[in-house]
Amino acid sequence: MTKYSGKIAFGGIAIGEIVEFEKPDRPVRRIHTDDTDEETVRFNNAVKCAEDELTALYDKAVAEVGETNAAIFEVHKMMLADDDYLDAVINIIRQQEVNAEYAVAVTSDNFSVVFSSMEDEYMKERAADIKDISNRLIGILSGKSARHNNFAKPVIIVADDLTPSETVQLDKDMVLAFVTRKGSTNSHTAILARTMNIPAIVSSDIGEVKDGTMCVVDGFNGEIIIEPDDAITDEYRKKQAAEEERMKELMKLKSCDSVTKSGKKVNLYANIGGVNDVAAVLQNGAEGIGLFRSEFLYLESDDYPTEESQFNAYKTVAEMMGGKPVIIRTLDIGADKQIGYFDIEQEENPALGYRAIRICLDRPEIFETQLRALYRASAFGNVSIMIPMITSLWEIKKVREIAENVKKQLEEKGVPYGNPEIGVMIETPAAVMIAEELAEEVDFFSIGTNDLTQYVLAIDRQNESLEKYYDAHHPAVLKMIEMTVKAGHKAGIWVGICGELGADTTLTEQFINMGVDELSVSPGVVLKVRKKIMETE
Amino acid sequence: MVEFDYMIKDEHGIHARPAGELVKIAKEFQSEIEICNGEKCASAKKILGIMGLGATKGNNITVKADGVDEKQAAAAIEKFLQTNL
Repeated sequence: MTKYSGKIAFGGIAIGEIVEFEKPDRPVRRIHTDDTDEETVRFNNAVKCAEDELTALYDKAVAEVGETNAAIFEVHKMMLADDDYLDAVINIIRQQEVNAEYAVAVTSDNFSVVFSSMEDEYMKERAADIKDISNRLIGILSGKSARHNNFAKPVIIVADDLTPSETVQLDKDMVLAFVTRKGSTNSHTAILARTMNIPAIVSSDIGEVKDGTMCVVDGFNGEIIIEPDDAITDEYRKKQAAEEERMKELMKLKSCDSVTKSGKKVNLYANIGGVNDVAAVLQNGAEGIGLFRSEFLYLESDDYPTEESQFNAYKTVAEMMGGKPVIIRTLDIGADKQIGYFDIEQEENPALGYRAIRICLDRPEIFETQLRALYRASAFGNVSIMIPMITSLWEIKKVREIAENVKKQLEEKGVPYGNPEIGVMIETPAAVMIAEELAEEVDFFSIGTNDLTQYVLAIDRQNESLEKYYDAHHPAVLKMIEMTVKAGHKAGIWVGICGELGADTTLTEQFINMGVDELSVSPGVVLKVRKKIMETE
Repeated sequence: MVEFDYMIKDEHGIHARPAGELVKIAKEFQSEIEICNGEKCASAKKILGIMGLGATKGNNITVKADGVDEKQAAAAIEKFLQTNL
């Protein structure tokens, strides 16, 4: 029994035989030819054929893993259409009077050297793309339609690295897990594995292993166990069975609509803290992102995050969600979330103190930077902006004023921006009481039940000794929620819940009866809540 | 000829996907469009050349457009750079 470890690209447990992935780059022979015209024609035909293959692959990838992840195959097609590449191959055929396979192999090496020698890790990885398209051409030219890794039964694939097209071309039903020696958790292959729901470990220290060796891949802990003994195998079989049973039941619901038996639709979204959580959102079939806690961008940073870095994070999330709603909450720090570089003075009652929108309105330069990033990102997807800790009407009017100003700045600079909806979090009793007036000023309400409970019941939620008084099911809290929904609907806007209570399935039915339009919960419980919604009358 | 400079702000620089988008835009114009990063120059209509520039965050690139629609071409490229890179 030997243990190896690596980085987790996607969780899950697999038990089965190992197969080392067979790379198609067999040595290419140099063959002299007198008829270089004939070789050029062969080459041009192979390019056409490769283009067709890539179009088919792109379509397959769009269907299986979505448009954003499939874009790499479009890039491959463009590389194939690049005159620099095509001319280089044809030149070698003509000048050296050689076969097309050899000319492609030499060109491939020449171009990949350029990328491999770059300092940037990302660019180095692009050498793999050049090799990928070249191997495709060589496969077509030599009549061995590339990479026929056909397996008689499902196996664990071990490889140095897998190219995106290798990953997508594998028959999903025949792959138990991926283990690679190289690659990062952000590589295309890792992303594809996640969207395909296949356990995957990358950057592992796994050595040479003979095909057919039994192996356990523990994607939850990033461990690979070669030739496990019976006790270990049994233990993992049990874990796997339990996990499979749980997932199987829930995964049935992944692409179901969140609709009650009587046909009421609830928008079921997920809460995230950053770009890395989006994979889990998609995996669990959430219909959108109901709460993107932007403060994580600030918490992870040693200084105020720049407009550019925020824009990139928001844009990436919007693009990955492919047109589904992404509701981003503006900076919500203070109280239990303190950040050193903000230099906020110690206060007696931080929960009732200097936090969230209060800081933003007080220090507009911070708020404007964030709004600029949000408005720019909204040109790339379905982005909405959500303002936390609202207690008065003037606050939202002020926010609108600053937003208009930001739009004007972008307009003047000619920077594209979208037209995001602006909503507020309802998390103070004051906001509930003036909900009818607020509803006239905003596009949606999202109820933050954690803070609402704390403020309604006058209970510090950080104080452990008060736990028994912190009752989120308190009638006062539930009445507040109901009032908010009524006020929102009266003004014709939607009302959701994005706090912990949204995931409390003992309340789901009650929320639906109140008319709650949206629930936003952690990615991991989306399917559990969907199940509950579907069981509700 | 129209010429402008642009500093790359994207973490990954001009990587595969944006290079592809850039080429798509460049090909819509008749003008010759050249992008230089220091000594290295490449046609904006060729994806391998663009990626081969190795332009990463902080690099200053120069874009030159020359031809009948040079103004529109430069404007389109500049807008793309500002939004994506």
